[in-house]
Amino acid sequence: MSSTTNPLLEAKGITKYFGTITALENVNLKVHAGECLGVVGDNGAGKSTLMKVLSGLYKPSAGSLFFQGKEEVLESPRDSQNLGLEMVYQDLALAGNLPIGENIFLGREPTKNLGIIKLLDFNKIKELTNAHLDKLKINVKSADQKVEELSGGQRQAVAIARSTAFNAKVVIMDEPTAALAIKEVGKVLDLINSLKKTGVGVIVISHRMDDIFTVCDRVMALFQGTNFAEASLSNTSRDEVIGWIMGKK
Amino acid sequence: MEDKDKKIVSLHLKLMPYLEKYGILLLLVIMILVMHILQPDVFLSWRNVTNVFKQISWQSMLALGVFMVIVTAGIDLSVGSIMMLSLMILAVVAKAGAPWYIVVITPLIAGFLCGLFNGLGITLLRMPHPFIMTLGTLYIFRGTGNLISGGTPISGFTDEVRYLGHGRIDLQWLGLEKSQYLPVSLVLIAIVYIIFWIFLNHSKTGKWIYAIGGNPNAARASGINVNKILVIVYSLCGFLSGIGALILAGRTDSGYPNAGLQSELDAIAACIIGGASFFGGRGTVLGVFAGVMIMGILRNGLNLMDVSSFWQQVLIGSIIVLAVYIDVLRRDLGTRK
Repeated sequence: MSSTTNPLLEAKGITKYFGTITALENVNLKVHAGECLGVVGDNGAGKSTLMKVLSGLYKPSAGSLFFQGKEEVLESPRDSQNLGLEMVYQDLALAGNLPIGENIFLGREPTKNLGIIKLLDFNKIKELTNAHLDKLKINVKSADQKVEELSGGQRQAVAIARSTAFNAKVVIMDEPTAALAIKEVGKVLDLINSLKKTGVGVIVISHRMDDIFTVCDRVMALFQGTNFAEASLSNTSRDEVIGWIMGKK
Repeated sequence: MEDKDKKIVSLHLKLMPYLEKYGILLLLVIMILVMHILQPDVFLSWRNVTNVFKQISWQSMLALGVFMVIVTAGIDLSVGSIMMLSLMILAVVAKAGAPWYIVVITPLIAGFLCGLFNGLGITLLRMPHPFIMTLGTLYIFRGTGNLISGGTPISGFTDEVRYLGHGRIDLQWLGLEKSQYLPVSLVLIAIVYIIFWIFLNHSKTGKWIYAIGGNPNAARASGINVNKILVIVYSLCGFLSGIGALILAGRTDSGYPNAGLQSELDAIAACIIGGASFFGGRGTVLGVFAGVMIMGILRNGLNLMDVSSFWQQVLIGSIIVLAVYIDVLRRDLGTRK
């Protein structure tokens, strides 16, 4: 593990209040290039809130984010995307009525100029989509297929493809295997492993110990909105991590 | 036997995308044929066909606006009132003696501002559903229209003002007779529909409108400013209603308190018949056009056959239910794998 080098993404002292509720208190997190960090915790431990802070969807009440050593303030998901920080949401955040390619490029569509007006470049979308899906070894019938026609695993693959289409440096995945059939889980985990090999830092939130122990290098547990425990995978066991989730050390 | 079933299924799968895209046009063609058979001398005559287009001209603008709103999974109940208010403002400005180019532009600006008001209300006031905001403005805009006009009709516009709704393009240079002219409103419908087709299918904003209807969270997570797009959509819907007002001013030569009464429901009906989904993200500009045409032809054909307007209501209502039921069946077939 490259824990001696500077982390790609580091969150320090993140605190988030919703009214009088404290969702996160003084939470720290870091992830290095090519590393996969597993984030575990019970429902309501603050995992999803933390991820939404990292993706710019929520503004933290206190604390700061450092990307490649530089402090950054994220005003919107667009800001985090511009840094190379991508999020794969649990509800997948895909528009089922649009084709695969248009989902992958949603919000960042390539255009061509026709005089003074800019039109979508559908050929380029298709071309880039096919190349990108090939690179990730994702098999679909066609880039023109609507997302609603895909299986859960294919949708998850599209969501991951979406998150990595723009030179992502850190990809955050919220329960990437929760909605999948068992035979599809393996493919998604393979995909995460191949992302790591390309030097992407991956953060995986998951309830499933199998996921954590297959792809992660390090695991941290949140408990009631605070850092509870952290260890590299080689220094811990499933039983210990499950204990952390329940607040036992 | 199994083989035959397989063939039928694969035929279904092949036909389905085309049916989904062009099925509604098929319905339109069938209707035209039926009407032609029932009224062979009149229905497809130059005079009657141009009549149909003149009759649907302003409705087609409202329907297109409402369609965009429905694609975002919203609704605009106020388009009839926006049109009426824009028409009344046009009438007042015209009566005040403003030059024609000012008169012509006022309903467009008024309509746009009404739509902007809807859009800002829905997003800034965080209305639980656009139904509520636009139900409110349905009353507000019509009331305002009556306030500024005193609730009485205002008639008499210049030819320039009436051009879009009443103008004729002479085709005698093509060797046609004088009665065989092209209504300007028909050309206008074509231009506006083509522009909005390009906008919705080939621009980023258009794509985002569909994305918002498909999954607003996906749009938000993609960095799309959903509220901004919604304000644009409602403003454009108002703007189209303003064009409707300008056409109606030309057709009727008058601003009147009942203008566009219940036309929001016609507009919604045309969208639904044309295959737009209330859940958002689905439907085509071509479909809306077909929906408007189907309603126009139905009314026109039934008038030609002297069917009472009460029966027309019953039939239009039935067509809405039938069209959506066909859609339900079609989706069932399409998703069976």
